[in-house]
Amino acid sequence: MARRANTTPADATTPATVGASLTPGDAVSEPTTVVALTTEEDLLAVRHVVRAATLAAGFGLVDQTRVVTAASELARNAYIHGGGGTLTIEHPHRDGTKGVRLTISDEGPGIADPESALVDGYTTGAGLGHGLGGARRLMDDFEVHSQSGAGTTVIATRWAHR
Amino acid sequence: MSGSEVAARQCVVGAMEGRVDEIADRWVQLQARWAAPSTGIRESELREEADALVAAVATGLESPLPVEQIVASHVDLNRTVTELSLRRARSGESPTATSLAVLALKEALLEAVQESTQDSGKLFSAALLINQLMDAAGALSFDTYVEGREEIIHRQSRQLLELSTPVVRLWGKVLGVPLIGTLDTARTQVVMDNPLQAIQDQESTVAIIDITGVPTVDTAVAQHLMQTVQAVRLMGADCVISGIRPPIAQTIAQLGIDLSTIMTRATLADALSEAVELTAGSLPPSDAPVAR
Repeated sequence: MARRANTTPADATTPATVGASLTPGDAVSEPTTVVALTTEEDLLAVRHVVRAATLAAGFGLVDQTRVVTAASELARNAYIHGGGGTLTIEHPHRDGTKGVRLTISDEGPGIADPESALVDGYTTGAGLGHGLGGARRLMDDFEVHSQSGAGTTVIATRWAHR
Repeated sequence: MSGSEVAARQCVVGAMEGRVDEIADRWVQLQARWAAPSTGIRESELREEADALVAAVATGLESPLPVEQIVASHVDLNRTVTELSLRRARSGESPTATSLAVLALKEALLEAVQESTQDSGKLFSAALLINQLMDAAGALSFDTYVEGREEIIHRQSRQLLELSTPVVRLWGKVLGVPLIGTLDTARTQVVMDNPLQAIQDQESTVAIIDITGVPTVDTAVAQHLMQTVQAVRLMGADCVISGIRPPIAQTIAQLGIDLSTIMTRATLADALSEAVELTAGSLPPSDAPVAR
């Protein structure tokens, strides 16, 4: 499942990107929800809002837990490493399948080499280093856009599996 | 203070003179009309509040303070508005009802002034004055209301912190630590401290941490758990983690967190029977002799 496509070498001019680009044809239905990630309490809010979004998309218990956990990882990354950011939840659908798409952006120092940040055990802080890579395994589609000094955006989508 | 302001204040004070009761009555009526019937505040309390506030407004206007400072600096008026708003915040009234309660007094005062003078110039400057005064009171009341609510929120989160991390003795030397809710920084410290202290105090040899009530286990939570387990082991005790539900198990596996060095069980019952076996050699001697 792990996709390693469209990898651009990280240099000062090109934003480094990991993951396949989104199919432009995905229709996104309203409403989208935006949560600010500025305090630790916001991480709690993220889990509640994302849980509600997965319920609305008709996800089963296991998928709900997956998406909520991934959102928790990514939001914590943005809060701790990115100095705060925002989480946007969208409800895309593709070929009649509903999904939940999380977009987490921060304006922190960015990730110099997103490819290696996805490898388990990679950490710049005191964490376990499974957050980013783990979140990618929990979601279906996963993209990291980052540039040194210009923040990080992660776009992750999980589709309802039947 | 300008001459026109003095005149306007005299006009309002004059209109209120001897009619404090009437204005207070009218205020209580207006509140009942504007807001849904209040649940937490009794009629008699409302009446007391009205008397105090109307009297405070009158003394505030008679004081030498400039009108824009009366609400902030006049002790009686400030205290009355603050108390009124706090009482509503605590009894669960809506913010709308609270600010309307204060602003309803504006209408009561305006009516009183209107009955006392026919001069439209005087009436206009008196109305301006009442507006200024009551808007400031409305703003203060809203501020206080929010503060009151925040105080409640802080108190509740402190209570949660205390409530949510009990350590119970399940069996001989077996401790149970049922975790409920989310584990964020503030709570994690308490969660770590409590079982360690209990192990020392009760000389326990097994601690069971039950995470049935933890809705999400991400890497941060897993890390806290692993550190707690490590600390428990350093104290010479064993640690079992129980209550790992199927979705949580799948998520932990996919995250790539390795808990294989930790003893884990699906249910608290499994963990307890495991712990009883582990402590079998060290069960406290039974009081009653066993007949053979």
